[in-house]
Amino acid sequence: MKILTVENLSKSFGGIHANKDISFDVEEGSILGVIGPNGAGKSTLFDLITGFTKPDAGKVKFFDKNIFGISPDKISNLGVGRTFQKLKPFADQTLLENVMIGAFVKEKDIKRARDRALEIIDFVDLIEKRHHFAKELSTGQRKRLEMARAMAIDPKLLLMDEVTGGVDQKTIPGLVELVKKLKKTGVTIITIEHNINIIMEISDNVLALDQGKRIAFGEPKEIQNNKQVIDAYLGTFDAA
Amino acid sequence: MDTKLEIAKSEPIWNTNNRVISIIAGLIIILFVLPLFGMNSFYLHLFIMIFMHAVMAQSWNVIAGFSGQISLGHGAFFGIGAYATSFFYMEYGITPWISIFFGMFVSAIFAVLIGIPMLRLSGHYFAIATLLIGISFQVVFQRWDLVGAASGLWVTMTPEDSWSALQFHSSKAPYYYVFLIFFLITFFLVWLLSRSKLGYRLRAVRDDPQAALSLCINVSNYKIIAYVISAMIMAPMGSLFAQYILIIDPDRVFNIEISIIVLLITVLGGIGNVWGPIIGAAILVPISEYSRIYLGGTGGAVDLIFYGLILMIICIFRPNGLISFIPKDILERKKQR
Repeated sequence: MKILTVENLSKSFGGIHANKDISFDVEEGSILGVIGPNGAGKSTLFDLITGFTKPDAGKVKFFDKNIFGISPDKISNLGVGRTFQKLKPFADQTLLENVMIGAFVKEKDIKRARDRALEIIDFVDLIEKRHHFAKELSTGQRKRLEMARAMAIDPKLLLMDEVTGGVDQKTIPGLVELVKKLKKTGVTIITIEHNINIIMEISDNVLALDQGKRIAFGEPKEIQNNKQVIDAYLGTFDAA
Repeated sequence: MDTKLEIAKSEPIWNTNNRVISIIAGLIIILFVLPLFGMNSFYLHLFIMIFMHAVMAQSWNVIAGFSGQISLGHGAFFGIGAYATSFFYMEYGITPWISIFFGMFVSAIFAVLIGIPMLRLSGHYFAIATLLIGISFQVVFQRWDLVGAASGLWVTMTPEDSWSALQFHSSKAPYYYVFLIFFLITFFLVWLLSRSKLGYRLRAVRDDPQAALSLCINVSNYKIIAYVISAMIMAPMGSLFAQYILIIDPDRVFNIEISIIVLLITVLGGIGNVWGPIIGAAILVPISEYSRIYLGGTGGAVDLIFYGLILMIICIFRPNGLISFIPKDILERKKQR
């Protein structure tokens, strides 16, 4: 069953097409990797889907519901969670408080919200850091915090913007394992990632963007050998 | 069974420090018995002003400290409360005990009306807009004949029916207890708010509105809710103040100074913390009163210079307010490293 259907989604800022006629769909329970060089429109695509930026044209359907142009809080309330490329923890609150704010979506009682938040924090392997302020955590731990916080709203679809971006090499495998573990819970994931090896390892499908346009969509192996993708990433050589 | 998880779940939700609770209980008892030991009129007045300013600062703390919106026109709700009580009492003979709620209701209505357009603004823009709204209330009331225009309202004295009219002429002690009870109720309610789901969500809005949106929080609505709560806390202080001084005019109850002083008290004590406004008021109000006595009058604005100097020192050396002097393990849950 398709959890997300995007058709001809477009957004321009001034004369620049951040996203132009982008179409793809996502199967429930799968991982879609989104790749593309800097400025390809990956984060804008996330903002359009999650309502943080209003699209100019196109269609976005979550299951059968049209979510085109709806406000972010309403979209998240339907079950679409997200993390941010530039991390946005509630810095002056503890890890537990950060996740509890998400848990309150499903749990009205404070103790049940706390217990649910603790279970999720345990899931992301940060239980010992639960009383630490978000500002005291390392980048990798903050990435986990954002995942935990997004999971706390019990999303059906989770959009993760550069899970392994900005962290050291030692931290990356743990984060990749966490994404795999997340998938096993049944949540559908769309992830933006620069590390091609990771994308190929975790994704069921890959969407490649360049200059705001879709240049390829398919299984990782197809994408890996796609000439347009290779050109977008490595550039082309003019034969002299 | 996951031991670490089970241990975490078995922890109390709040770090209850019995010593702190005992100290607070002791202080409350002292505050209740203090007037019985023959406090003179000045000290009663001083405490009344501390209670009043602590509540006003707490009101500002809800909108600025909890939800992150810096309002510079909060005096408007103080004035609305003052006028609502005095006007209904004088025109219709409605006891201030009831018209306090009118003041709260009218303030809440204005908070919604102001909040819907204004809270779309953020940061400096919101602050400037609220500053102008606060000033415009003063200008409107200065020209509104129904409420006495610039002359204001002189509350009719009814010494024979003190409690019903909420005016006491022979002693300030009853005022002391009325303000004290409002002070305690307000602080208890705000303390509950800070620990509620609403409190968590307001702090999320303050810390990062975009992240809050991604967690199903309608940021605009929550800002309006905070603004309404804040206005409803401020208005009763205006009402009680009107009954305390029995004469109100726009320059007194809509003065920009009210909006500024509640900001200063909260910043001095510690913004975003329930205890900050108490500490700020307990220190700043006596300084203000004493500096006015010893340095004011013929000394021009020397008291204000002194006052400003203290604030500068605090802002430079203790930007988190005086609350930061209190050991962190009392205020925060203990960290397990």
